[in-house]
Amino acid sequence: MAMTRAQVRHKVQRRRAVALGLTHALMILVSIACAVPLLLIVSASLTDERALVENGFQLIPSKFSIYAYQFLLADSGRILGAYSISIFVTFVGASLSLLLMSLLGYALSRKDFPLRRLISFFVFFPLLFNAGLVPFYILMTRTLHLKDNLLALILPPLVQPFFTLLLRTYFSTLPRDLIEAAKLDGASEWRIFFQIVVPLSTPALATVGLFSLLFYWNDFYLSLLFINNPRYYNLQYLLYKIISNLQVLENSFMQSGSKPPLQSVRMAMAVLAMGPVLFAFLFVQKYFVRGITVGSLKGD
Amino acid sequence: MSGKTLVPPEATSQAVTSGLASAKPTQWTALGQRLRRERARSGTLFLMALPGMLVLFTFSYLPLPDMILAFKDFKAAQGVWGSRWVGLTNFQFLFGTGTAWRIIRNTLFLNSLFIVATLVGSLVLATLLNEISDSFFARIYQSILFFPYFVSYVIVGYFVFIFLSSDNGVVNHVLQNVGRQPVNWFNQPAYWPFILTLVTLWHNLGYYTVIYLAGIIAINPEYYEAARIDGATKWQEIRYIMLPLIRPLIIINVLLAVGRIFFANFDMFINVTRQQGALLPTTDVIDTYVYRTLTAIGNFNMASAAGLFQAVAGFILVILANWIVRRVDADQALF
Repeated sequence: MAMTRAQVRHKVQRRRAVALGLTHALMILVSIACAVPLLLIVSASLTDERALVENGFQLIPSKFSIYAYQFLLADSGRILGAYSISIFVTFVGASLSLLLMSLLGYALSRKDFPLRRLISFFVFFPLLFNAGLVPFYILMTRTLHLKDNLLALILPPLVQPFFTLLLRTYFSTLPRDLIEAAKLDGASEWRIFFQIVVPLSTPALATVGLFSLLFYWNDFYLSLLFINNPRYYNLQYLLYKIISNLQVLENSFMQSGSKPPLQSVRMAMAVLAMGPVLFAFLFVQKYFVRGITVGSLKGD
Repeated sequence: MSGKTLVPPEATSQAVTSGLASAKPTQWTALGQRLRRERARSGTLFLMALPGMLVLFTFSYLPLPDMILAFKDFKAAQGVWGSRWVGLTNFQFLFGTGTAWRIIRNTLFLNSLFIVATLVGSLVLATLLNEISDSFFARIYQSILFFPYFVSYVIVGYFVFIFLSSDNGVVNHVLQNVGRQPVNWFNQPAYWPFILTLVTLWHNLGYYTVIYLAGIIAINPEYYEAARIDGATKWQEIRYIMLPLIRPLIIINVLLAVGRIFFANFDMFINVTRQQGALLPTTDVIDTYVYRTLTAIGNFNMASAAGLFQAVAGFILVILANWIVRRVDADQALF
């Protein structure tokens, strides 16, 4: 019963095709599982309020309506406020964060920086040992008096040890000759950093920058701890508040008179909070894989 | 502070070269100039590092001394240092009530579950993605998988609510359609380790898949070719070539996760369980306990004790994990 060579090859090819088909099928299933939860939110935001209450959440709106979005746009009050708080904190925080971390990471990447080892340890140690919530809470509220202050949302996450060390690792892979040559040409350290090192480090800077943007945009923890005044609620915190308590949402629309479509409005807000993240993701995704695989934290 | 203002570089290099041939004093001046310039450069580098160091000092080092609060009876009016010493009383209370065991057990159990599930899941997905040679599809799958990592846990909480809400949630809808009784999910602690694992997988799988895939792609294809010539099956290729070669990556990632096993993902626990009291038996972890005790109850003593325990246990564990890895394979130790 020996098969001919052609038959064997044919059989192998068929098995390979089946395996590839199965792989695709599995990946499609996983992709659907990843996408469906988010699509449900989008669908709910586009469903008529009464249909939502009667039929429950569905993947395709049982009765299509963009009223929730119209309602949000018409209401100029708190949602817009929360949006601007989020945008302000995110941009100021992330740019400052990227600047401080890359300057620090750069200094540490320079082999001729005498305090390199000591400061590297200074940066690394918080990754190993952390004071925890209570001392941090006391520092913020009793020492720095940052309760109900936007600085409480901006300052604490500015320097992340992990990303500082990631940047250091990346900077130290840049050819040293470039820096030495620039030094001989009499360029100052600042000029070397901003005109030579920064342009050569787009993947690492884009990755860390995106993580920073994302961190600030998605942060609700610091608001949870330090913000009481509804004027300083950011988008995530407002969303957090209204899922635990629809009353908060209702109060937000007190001045608008008509009864708001609460269920669909909060889903519409969630969509509006995700929108910028999706945009940023599509924009810098290509840097990403290169960025996060830049190398481990090892160095010394 | 810039080095430029001190000495023109060509002057220095001339001085150095001519100094070698001619009289010694010139040589010494040149050396002095160079040293001064180097010191100015180090000064600039230090200045660059300074703002970041100040931030770290303020938010990571300044709170450290206040950890002694775990051994005190905190009274706001007296401040941290004025409050009375009580020795180990806080710890006796914490461990005496059984709460401590509950939150430690939950934290360790759930985190272990998450680590294993994420590791297995992301390795499988990375292997599968690597088999897909059509880069167009591979990229699309990868993007869809990766995106959830960027979604905030507040929003994760929203769709978990859409799924599990007892009156008009998707899951109960489906259950009723197939003739089963709806479940009051936010009242049933037994299901939650499983639900939280699913949520963690949804959020983090893509990130680790990307990391492992990058490691797999970096493997020299000649190894596979050699194996294929020897008649190795796909499974053998994975088992004897791919896995051993990405082992360093796996070890680093697992080590990082194990080192943080005493620290729960606070954002997820708060937003997904929505702090429902009925769920606490299986979902109350150290971080949520500390937060609740501090803010809702205002009990600084218990919160500090639990926090100190967490910090010290976490520290010992990360040192231990690193020590073990160093014994097994020094190259893969973190520090």
